Amino acid sequence: MELLDSFIFISIIKAAVIFAVLMTTLAYLQWVERKVIAHVQVRPGPYRVGPHGLLQPLADVIKLLTKEDLLPPYVNKPLYLLAPFLAITMALLSISVIPFGPEIKVGPVTTWMQLTDLNVGVLFILAVSSMGVYGIALAGWASNNKYALIGGLRSSAQMISYELPMSLAIAAPLLISNTLSLRQLVETQAGGIFNWNILHGPFPQIVSFVIFMIAAFAETNRVPFDLPEAENELVAGFHTEYSSMKFASFFMAEYSNMITVSALATLLFLGGWMAPWPTAYGSSLVPTFIFAVAGVTALYHGVNATRKRDKVTFPVFGIIFLVIAGVFLLPVVQSWLLPLFWFAAKTGAILFLFMWVRATLPRFRYDQLMGFTWKFLFPAAMLNLLVTSFLVAWTTK
Amino acid sequence: MDVILFLIFALIAVVCAINVVIQTHPISSALSLVGVMGSLAVLYLLLGAEFIAAAQVIVYAGAIMVLFIFVIMLLNAGAETRKGRSYLIPGAPLLIVFLGLMAYYVQRMFPGSTMVRFGGFQGGGPRDIGTALFTTYLLPFEVTSILILVAIIGAIVLARKEIE
Repeated sequence: MELLDSFIFISIIKAAVIFAVLMTTLAYLQWVERKVIAHVQVRPGPYRVGPHGLLQPLADVIKLLTKEDLLPPYVNKPLYLLAPFLAITMALLSISVIPFGPEIKVGPVTTWMQLTDLNVGVLFILAVSSMGVYGIALAGWASNNKYALIGGLRSSAQMISYELPMSLAIAAPLLISNTLSLRQLVETQAGGIFNWNILHGPFPQIVSFVIFMIAAFAETNRVPFDLPEAENELVAGFHTEYSSMKFASFFMAEYSNMITVSALATLLFLGGWMAPWPTAYGSSLVPTFIFAVAGVTALYHGVNATRKRDKVTFPVFGIIFLVIAGVFLLPVVQSWLLPLFWFAAKTGAILFLFMWVRATLPRFRYDQLMGFTWKFLFPAAMLNLLVTSFLVAWTTK
Repeated sequence: MDVILFLIFALIAVVCAINVVIQTHPISSALSLVGVMGSLAVLYLLLGAEFIAAAQVIVYAGAIMVLFIFVIMLLNAGAETRKGRSYLIPGAPLLIVFLGLMAYYVQRMFPGSTMVRFGGFQGGGPRDIGTALFTTYLLPFEVTSILILVAIIGAIVLARKEIE
């Protein structure tokens, strides 16, 4: 009992759970991305390893772990080794302040679904993400390779430039919520979709949300802002000289940053773990409904299977989905499963947007990229912040 | 616990600061400076000024030092060459005298009874800082911003290409 209630014990358990879930998500995000892009381009994507390529992430991990770890000659050795470590540490660190749900009771213990709540949580994420630039810049410089150097330079210039509109876009919803703690930020948005910062008066933050998303794409070096790793001009950009797990660190850092900015957008603009409409109007039945439809569809296709193995895989997945649908109805788990569902659904929708954009948009030219942020995005974010702060001051009198 | 953390990060800050001076390569010096900024942020955090700590990392470690490193990388500055170590002969005793004098005066100006207590200070949140900036320190705050504006305009004027 003493042990169960102690702060350190609970923190270790929570850290372990979050780490395990995050690592699995990182691996499977890659699979989801390849599948989404493949389907946008009308091809099946990973299909060989496991049913529908579901074991592909496992194969990738084994491949990355067992590859030869090369240390190229003439690199700046300490910085070359420090860079991937810095990138992955900074990327994983920001997850620690992100709240996934409200306060829950697990047996005798009452705890928040969050590792720790800082009262400057938003600033902490900004600080950590601004330190992440070092990983990329140093990787480019220490590799002693012209492509890596140009990739590192491009990426640091781009990240510094896009951090400004991003910070200004973050400041506007903070003014409305009047707090810097991520937990309180979500609590001010309780009570349905019209209380979320993206729609909530005095000034709906739609413009701010769009600016934040554009800046987030640039911060995470994603298409259409992926000039630091433009294959056709820079080989692989800043990680050209990295192999094996050091390369995997950069890869994981990129996907972890994607998850962080998606979660941040959810918390700032989309009401965090809050349901879009109250439970009285049946928002608690949505996950059950979705999983039940998915389960029935899978069962239907399993019965009318065209290929031999679909007769097995589809019914299995159908039953799994139906069980999940049933679990969402249990009152014991509803209190923590529902917030988690909404948080994951919103974050997942934004992550899907990242993949969708990657599959459809071409890449910017470098001068366009810089001109766009300094001449359009930054003034737009500034104007939005001015209007928001004016209206907030006007209405809170 | 607080004192141990303070000693660790104070030591890191001092070692990094010395490293800034003795490193021959500009990138190593700049990275040591990042280390100084980072450990200073931790010291602010220990004193209960969480906003200042976050701002320290965002502004100094995250923005200004990244620009430093960016410029060093862009100019491709190499390691500088040292000409002997004769500067140590007058330098080392002078440094020791200077540090001793500093320690003596700090000791006299701030006696032990009024020393800072860890966790005793509560007004380090963003709300308190904002209130202080826009009431008590409004004039210095605005004057500083005009100073920075002048510096920006100066930089643009100096860097501008003459259009014939």
